[in-house]
Amino acid sequence: MITRRSLLKAAHAGALLTGSAPIWLRLSATEAEAQAATNLSPLLPEGTRASATLDALPGKKPLIKLSYRPPNYETPIEYFRTPITPNDAFFVRYHLSHIPEVEARTWKLAVGGEGANGQIALNFDDLKRMPAFEVVAVNQCSGNRRGLFNPHVPGVEWGYGAMGCARWRGARLKDVLDKVGVKKEAIEIVFDGADEPVVPKTPDFIKSIPVWKAMEETTLVAYEMNGQPLPHFNGFPARIVVSGWTGTYWVKHVTSIQAATKPERGFWMNPAYRIPIGKFPSVSRFTTQDTATTTPITEMMVNSLITTHADGAPVRAGATVNVGGIAWDGGYGIRVVEVSTDGGKTWTAASLGEDLGRFAFRSFSFPFKPSAKGKQTVMARATNRIGQSQTTDLIHNPAGYHHNVIHSVAFNVA
Amino acid sequence: MRTIVSALLAASFAFAASAAERPVELKRSPGLDRVEANCAACHSLDYIPMNSPFLNAAGWDAEVTKMINAFGAPIDQADAKIIADYLKSNY
Repeated sequence: MITRRSLLKAAHAGALLTGSAPIWLRLSATEAEAQAATNLSPLLPEGTRASATLDALPGKKPLIKLSYRPPNYETPIEYFRTPITPNDAFFVRYHLSHIPEVEARTWKLAVGGEGANGQIALNFDDLKRMPAFEVVAVNQCSGNRRGLFNPHVPGVEWGYGAMGCARWRGARLKDVLDKVGVKKEAIEIVFDGADEPVVPKTPDFIKSIPVWKAMEETTLVAYEMNGQPLPHFNGFPARIVVSGWTGTYWVKHVTSIQAATKPERGFWMNPAYRIPIGKFPSVSRFTTQDTATTTPITEMMVNSLITTHADGAPVRAGATVNVGGIAWDGGYGIRVVEVSTDGGKTWTAASLGEDLGRFAFRSFSFPFKPSAKGKQTVMARATNRIGQSQTTDLIHNPAGYHHNVIHSVAFNVA
Repeated sequence: MRTIVSALLAASFAFAASAAERPVELKRSPGLDRVEANCAACHSLDYIPMNSPFLNAAGWDAEVTKMINAFGAPIDQADAKIIADYLKSNY
């Protein structure tokens, strides 16, 4: 029987005979180096630290590979030193393993549903002919930092990099929906993308958002990212952008947009992507999906990350170094980022960088001048414009969502 | 011989280019063949070490059950038990 495994073994043997190593062997020669470069958090599960590697998908820079298939690759922290994340370093997250190479020429978007007055099919030119809008917005996986949970919870064990911020350009979803007309009975807008499961019984990745969120001016059917077509692994040729909400709703390779008068009941809406009701201070709610105990995850929690330095960074006593990073939230905007160098006893406001809009990464920096030699920790804490701050203690939840514990970096002062 | 080698090389390059996936070596222990034959059909095997070593026996049982009941993995009962036992004793 020819399996993928036996084929690989045979190919390996064949390659040795001809003297040219297959591509994965050449890559594995630099694996140790790659692992050192990824600077993985010691808080991650031991097995994650052992199996994660730096690896490049076609069209991408080497990213931190957590799983090959479906591809789940996170962005190394170094790329978050600017508020815009480059397309070729932008994280990749899929649930299903069949990811077709969609061509813009043949791509079709079905718009309709029982909550709409009609149905149409748009092609790529139709979409690009519509009025175009831009938003700079953070796309963050609901489970970003899941791997840092204590106790650990199963899933993709992300570190800090299951997120990115880009300038998205596309048609407004409300303009797309206006082409068919949404009935007043409609309660949710349902998205499907071209990616598919391997076995037919696996639930297809179908997501819905409330009609009110679909009608917001910052909810797009996007076809450009940072002035370029979307990379294949970020949803070419078009994806949904739900500014402020976690990445689960940002359906890639979108092929269907349907207005529904009943709640979407698929696996990926329930039980997946749920948080316990009342556990997080979410203002934005998705109430048509509520059960007695759980509610869909919605807006991102206020958060920040120190990106200029990693644990163990050397600094001379008496010298000043600029410590900085990025802060973001679910779209209220960042009011302040404060820094503490005494373990959280006192806090000083950092300077904020350019404001790219309330949905974007906001950079911050702080002049750090350590006096005493030894280990010294710098903490950063963001607060948004509605007064929400990052948490000191993890708000544990079964699926490992919304980790926004204050980040710190330990410097070696010499 | 040359023809066979060329064909295999062509196949390997096509695969490497399309998936960028490298083999994941799991611990050699009884049951590994069932893990490879069943689990790897839908996902790469790095999911297993990634989720270790923090799941207890009930945790691994729950994962195998989730793959069958929630994701529709066509795994028969005998294999499911072998897979769960392998995961519990190795990860």
